[in-house]
Amino acid sequence: MATGWKKPSDMPHDHHDHLSSSGHPYRADNDAPLTYWQTMEIALRELLVEKGVTSQAEIASQIDAMDARSPADGARVVARAWSDPAFRDRLLHDASAASREMGFDIGALRLIAVENTGDVHNIIVCTLCSCYPRNLLGLSPDWYKTREYRSRVVIEPRRVLAEFGLTLPDTTTIRVHDSTADMRYIVIPVRPSGTEHLNEAQLATLVTRDSMIGTAQARAPR
Amino acid sequence: MLDVGPGTAVRVRGMQPPGHIRTPHYLRGKAGVIERCLGLSGNPEQLAYGLPGASLPLYRVRFTMADIWGARAERPDDTLDAEIYGHWLEETV
Repeated sequence: MATGWKKPSDMPHDHHDHLSSSGHPYRADNDAPLTYWQTMEIALRELLVEKGVTSQAEIASQIDAMDARSPADGARVVARAWSDPAFRDRLLHDASAASREMGFDIGALRLIAVENTGDVHNIIVCTLCSCYPRNLLGLSPDWYKTREYRSRVVIEPRRVLAEFGLTLPDTTTIRVHDSTADMRYIVIPVRPSGTEHLNEAQLATLVTRDSMIGTAQARAPR
Repeated sequence: MLDVGPGTAVRVRGMQPPGHIRTPHYLRGKAGVIERCLGLSGNPEQLAYGLPGASLPLYRVRFTMADIWGARAERPDDTLDAEIYGHWLEETV
């Protein structure tokens, strides 16, 4: 007679062994010992808090502020540049000042905007480490920090772009920008055709993170 | 110390000093052109060690891919711009 009861080995959550009491397998967590630099960071942070230079609350609020930044901020800057030629000129002249003018709190960021045209395509990298305009665009994508991207894009940008799905005609000049010192960069992608009727907020939805790094074009409107 | 304007032809010194250096190896000894001047900036080679960083002119230098990679260049007249401190540059004719 069927009772509806299944013995444990038939349960959907059966993973044979290493089960927690919930029936799920244990997930890997912070199980490995701290690295040298993790230990150093914790020691420094605790000392700064202990000496009253900063506080845990201040550190947490800075992390919140950084997490709140996203490519949407940069997208608004680009959309404004597409819509307002005078703003575009100010952005190309001094991208930090133009971003602050829009109300973005970008701290000490020294930003340079480089503009894509029909003939020129710009792409950003930091070969020495992983410099990125995070005060405007938020945290960088993981691939941006890889040795592969950083070393290859300065030698074979066209092959790298093709792997991102962007094949540029031979008539387009590629300008790679290596953030080796104090400046950070944002690409102003080409405004897609068929967007004449869109307002600034609608235009901003077409500006992706990758289009501001230079590994993609802005999205075409639906 | 180099003190020049945009359009000046320069060469990155081929020095190999130890320590915290912001001049990438792949540009050392390469010829380029000043793209723009970025004003004065503290020398990171000193700042990295807690020393007061001397104020140095910082430049954006534009290189062609042919300048950097020679015959290996994917497309010779694509360009690469990098920020280089004045003490790493010498003027060429």
